[in-house]
Amino acid sequence: MKIEKERLEMLKEIMAIDFSGVELNLYLDTHPMDQRALAIHNDYTMKAKMLKEEYEKKFSPLTHEIVSKCPWEWVAEPWPWEIDYEMGGK
Amino acid sequence: MWIYEKKLQFPAWVEGCDLRIAKGLFAQYGGPDSELSAGIRYLSQRYTMPLSEVKAVLTDIGTEEMAHWEIIATLIYKIIDRADPEEMKKAGLDAHYIQHGHDVYAHDAAGVPWTAAYIQAIEDPITNLTEDMGAEQKARTTYEHLINLTDDRGVIETLSFLREREVVHFQRFGESLRMVQEYMNRPKR
Repeated sequence: MKIEKERLEMLKEIMAIDFSGVELNLYLDTHPMDQRALAIHNDYTMKAKMLKEEYEKKFSPLTHEIVSKCPWEWVAEPWPWEIDYEMGGK
Repeated sequence: MWIYEKKLQFPAWVEGCDLRIAKGLFAQYGGPDSELSAGIRYLSQRYTMPLSEVKAVLTDIGTEEMAHWEIIATLIYKIIDRADPEEMKKAGLDAHYIQHGHDVYAHDAAGVPWTAAYIQAIEDPITNLTEDMGAEQKARTTYEHLINLTDDRGVIETLSFLREREVVHFQRFGESLRMVQEYMNRPKR
C-alpha cells in the first residue's frame, strides 16, 4: 500500500532513529559506564520523541497510547507490513 | 510487558518476483535457527540470569527478535500475497497453500512445524549464553544461504540488515558471557 511521500519519509526517519536507540540500548547494557554512548542515546531519545509526536499529530498513531477522536484512530490502515517502503533503507 | 508500535524496525521491501525465496524465508520464520526460536530462547533464559546487565541483554535482544520475526513475515507476505495458487504450486508452496493459504505459519523451509525442542533454557548462565552465541552464528549462516539463493534486491537488502544484527547480538552475548564469568570467579568472602 502506497502512503504519501511526506509521511513515508517521516516514518522512515522515525524507524531509523528508533533503530539507533535500540542499538545504543544494547551497547549500554554491557557498557553502562560509557558516558559518550549515554549522551548519544539520550539525544536520540529526545529526537525520536519529538518526531513521533509530530508524526502522530500529522498522520496516524504509532501506539494505542493516544487521545483519540471518534472513531478509534488506532485501527486506521495501513499496518506496517502493508506499507510499500520503496527501496527500503535507501 | 510489551507494547506494539505501528512500525517495522527496518523498511522491509521486495521486488517480489522470486516466489521460491518466500519458501526459503520460512527457515527464519519457523525453523530451528529462526527469529522465533531466538526470541523465545532469550526471553525464557532471563529469569535466572545472575546479573542485571545480562537480564537487560536477554530482554532487549529477545524483544528485538520479535521485531525481526515480524520483518521476515512481512517479506514472505509481500511476496506470496500477489501469488495465485498455480504460482504457489510452481514455487513448491502448494503444501503451504493447502494448509495455510496466504497466511504465514511457523514452519521451516521444508514445512516442518516449529517446536520448542529447537531451543534450550537450562539455568546455568554459561551454558545458556554459549548456546545463545551459537544460535546467533547459525542464524547469520542461514541468512547468508538465503542471500546466496535470491536476486531480489529488496530481499537481499532486508536480509543483509538482519544478518548484521546477528553479528551485533553475538558480540553482546560474548560480552555478557565474560561478565558472568568474572562474576562467578569473583573472590568469595
